[in-house]
Amino acid sequence: MTPIRRKRLMYVVLLLAGVGASVFFASQAMRENLMFFYSPTQVEAGEAPVGARYRLGGLVLTGSVEREAGSIEARFVLTDTQAQIPVSFSGILPDLFREGQGIVAHGRMRADGVFEADEVLAKHDENYMSPEVVEALKAAGHDPTKGDPEEYQRQKP
Amino acid sequence: MASRFWTWLHKKGSPPVFYGMAERWSPWLGWASLAALVVGLYGGLVLAPTDYQQGESYRIIYIHVPAAWMSLFVYMFMASMAAVGIIWRLKIADTMALVAAPIGAMFTALALATGSIWGKPTWGTWWVWDARLTSELILLFLYLGYIALYNAMEDERTAARAAGILALVGVVNIPIIHFSVEWWHSLHQGPLLDLKKGWSLQPEMVWPLLTTMAGFQLLFFWALFRRSQTVVLLKEARSKWVGAMLSGDRPRF
Repeated sequence: MTPIRRKRLMYVVLLLAGVGASVFFASQAMRENLMFFYSPTQVEAGEAPVGARYRLGGLVLTGSVEREAGSIEARFVLTDTQAQIPVSFSGILPDLFREGQGIVAHGRMRADGVFEADEVLAKHDENYMSPEVVEALKAAGHDPTKGDPEEYQRQKP
Repeated sequence: MASRFWTWLHKKGSPPVFYGMAERWSPWLGWASLAALVVGLYGGLVLAPTDYQQGESYRIIYIHVPAAWMSLFVYMFMASMAAVGIIWRLKIADTMALVAAPIGAMFTALALATGSIWGKPTWGTWWVWDARLTSELILLFLYLGYIALYNAMEDERTAARAAGILALVGVVNIPIIHFSVEWWHSLHQGPLLDLKKGWSLQPEMVWPLLTTMAGFQLLFFWALFRRSQTVVLLKEARSKWVGAMLSGDRPRF
């Protein structure tokens, strides 16, 4: 390699390293802001902003969903298997909403410790399978519709 | 050894040789791509089983995942070609980086659009500003910025160098897009293929996905060669070999 080409190669390498390092440090500094949602554990630890709107993500605790007859008011508990936060929501829930499903709720924490959401999104996981496979897994004792707690463990910061 | 490689590369990169190579390869790439896409889409849209909770709407992955994969692949290809152009001043590399950009932008736009169409029924929203979606949108702007910068300059060599530097700076976004779903809480799900756990898709759903991915990959190289040929012809319009080809002589590549 000629010296001039080596110089250009070094220039390209330095450019990549410099930009990479600065973006790495910037993203470390803004780590909290890049999170799309807070986990119940983070909220219990007081890491979520108090009195401000934020998103809360977790699995819908099995057996926690209460709907009032004749209204669209729904109450349920979100969990990451460590901590639990009660949520109330008045609106149309997404089709994928059910017990064990990953959910992201947007709203604010009330004084009584209930998270009041005005938007609820379903977080779909990366598992795709046919109804027959789900039945087979249920028969084998691994119900995939109960959500994947591992995913929420993995996403803990 | 090394010098022989560079001699070989410069010979392959010379306009008439490259043009001839592209001419020979294009039909194979084009037809193979079409075959893979037809087979893959038939497998994905007809043969693959339904998903237990999304129903039929999950089938959009047979377009969305290959498009998203190609949006990253084409960018890395473009940036590598830009680096070769900057370091070794190989003109054909600059040409390939330039013609790859609109193809990559198209794949990125397709990934964003199909993701949005899937997001509405699944998540309950067309768009959220989570890390994955935002970084993929930035990728689209990087492609468009590269094209705009290249075309904004009169001098071909300055344009290739300036746009090439932009392409290299943008490389930092590629690992961010890929790992965004693991580093930060995001609404977007994790990757379908985990190197430790394997596919999170049922096996019957995997082969059509791999087939459409191969189809998109071939489609990219077909489009790359065809577009490069056009640019080479425009640049070399006054050269002898183009003249000989136009006057009906059988070109000797």
